[in-house]
Amino acid sequence: MKEPMHPDWSFEGPLGKFERASLQRGYQVYTEVCSGCHSMNLLSYRNLIEEGGPEFSESQAKAMAAAFEVKAAPNADGEVEMRPAILSDKFVSPYENEQQGRAANGGAYPPDLSVMVKARHGGADYLYSLLLGYVDAPSDIKLDDGVYYNEYAKGQKIAMPQVLYEDAVVYTDGTAATPEQMARDVTMFLTWAAEPKLEARKRIGFKVISYLLILSVLLYFTNRQIWKDTH
Amino acid sequence: MSENYAPKSAVGRWFNDRLPLLNLIYGHLLPYPTPKNLNYWWTFGGILTFCLVTQIITGLVLAMHYVADADLAFASVEHIMRDVNYGWLLRYIHANGASLFFMAVYIHMARSLFYGSYKEPRELIWIIGVFIFLLMIATAFMGYVLPWGQMSFWGATVITNLFSAIPLVGESVTNWLWGGYAVGSPLLTRFFTLHYLMPFLIFALVILHVWALHVPGNNNPEGINVVQGSQDTVPFHPHYVVKDMFALVVFLVVFAGFVFFVPNLLGHTDNYIEANPLQTPEHIVPEWYFLPFYAILRSVPDKLGGVILMVSAIAILAFLPWLDTSKVRSAKYRPLYRQFVWLFFANVILLGYLGAQTADGLFLIIGRIATAYYFAHFIIILPLLGYIEKTKPLPKSLSEPVLSPEERQMKAAASGASA
Repeated sequence: MKEPMHPDWSFEGPLGKFERASLQRGYQVYTEVCSGCHSMNLLSYRNLIEEGGPEFSESQAKAMAAAFEVKAAPNADGEVEMRPAILSDKFVSPYENEQQGRAANGGAYPPDLSVMVKARHGGADYLYSLLLGYVDAPSDIKLDDGVYYNEYAKGQKIAMPQVLYEDAVVYTDGTAATPEQMARDVTMFLTWAAEPKLEARKRIGFKVISYLLILSVLLYFTNRQIWKDTH
Repeated sequence: MSENYAPKSAVGRWFNDRLPLLNLIYGHLLPYPTPKNLNYWWTFGGILTFCLVTQIITGLVLAMHYVADADLAFASVEHIMRDVNYGWLLRYIHANGASLFFMAVYIHMARSLFYGSYKEPRELIWIIGVFIFLLMIATAFMGYVLPWGQMSFWGATVITNLFSAIPLVGESVTNWLWGGYAVGSPLLTRFFTLHYLMPFLIFALVILHVWALHVPGNNNPEGINVVQGSQDTVPFHPHYVVKDMFALVVFLVVFAGFVFFVPNLLGHTDNYIEANPLQTPEHIVPEWYFLPFYAILRSVPDKLGGVILMVSAIAILAFLPWLDTSKVRSAKYRPLYRQFVWLFFANVILLGYLGAQTADGLFLIIGRIATAYYFAHFIIILPLLGYIEKTKPLPKSLSEPVLSPEERQMKAAASGASA
């Protein structure tokens, strides 16, 4: 298993932030490429407009939600109809249940991606590398049906096929959709999804530590003053 | 000291005449005579109190949002992380707080070992401390189960399965603990209620711990008896209140560093995967603070033997005041013990390292040697040292090692002149 690549992430470091445009493109990659198989059960469409995230406008997010259908509450006749999703709805899953997901993917269930970045050793670096790690298998390795060769996967084998090809999406902001660009954007998006309060956390943390450091200096001198006559 | 206290306000006097609560607080926190030479290793008592209160307060709010049900627990924790106002902060403080609590308690215990604070007349303080440690272990273990991730589930499975090692009734006991035939919702609910209860038991024991401490007064780095109220002591306030506060704030910088910048560093990535009874993680490892005991557990090929040894590793601490036969407290005056106590600390850290590795091959062999040494320290080395060690002469008072001969002369002359 190869050590993951380590691109420069804007969200690293004590004052790190997400790149807004990258998060927005990442959402596009998720919906157009990943969401065919992977759910994100813990996210709601309203999260897309929240501070520290992709920060789509409310009307944009409403339109994005409305592109999906969810079951409505039972009507007066007890029938359940479909309605367009609204901001308060959770991201719509590709499958009704896990069994359906397995059946559609040769027995392997595509895991939920909501906290994936925090659930894998190596986090964002690992996911980014994995998405780009598809190379031709060495001739001495035999792969079963539905198993693919990936340099960064455990044992170099993975049940997910390569999905990021040149121009797999057409970015609405005109950015060239190279595999590297898409992997970067969707990994940034997944990092935000796993840790939506990252920006606030680092911002507050910086203030808290500054405050504590100043307080500790004051207490240090107070302490010295109090003890100066004790030998 | 406390008898002379009279509240300044009329309301205070009225209250205090009927219930001398203010007397009690005053006596224990303000003029309480404290040895003047306590170093920064002594600040961890206050730090630990802060940790306990922080865990209780953040835990209280987390419990308002958490759902103790196997189907809902994982999502409810994520709900706290995402939707509850500052829920992420509360949870990260609580999760990292547990780790820092253990970091502080290990330092606190190491300090006691180094300076012989567990010896006569402070045996009970130490024993109460061992019980606090035991309750902390139980509380932390159950707390780690609550998010219902993979490590929560499989950690709970491994540990509750240990009870099945009890002869004859093991299986019944395990099923009784589980409330069924496997780890699931009934176990989660009872762990949640116990996790909520135990911190208050700890709190009660902490009160006894401090009460018992204030009878003989603090030990000190010289390990000699100090006459309360003599020139060897200073009032707790402001001397140690401010010193403890300074140490606490420095500790908080580290705490905040974890919470705000690497909140998941001490956790395991697998615990962000929802519990799945059908899929065992590759390596089941406990939280870092249990690793030394986990290594002891795994060093025995027999399950029952491993459990007995692991429990003994903690239980033996309670007998420490009598296993250590030396009358001299501080390692400063015990040249041999000083080396052995460092060796003991190193051995515990080694056990911690081994607890995180796979238990086979060389690791297993070293683990067995380290386990044997852990116990040998208590049942062979400590009892023998008291007889064979030639200790250094103890100072007569705290002023002696602190002041140079000239300073002592000056001080004696000054006090003679004023008398």
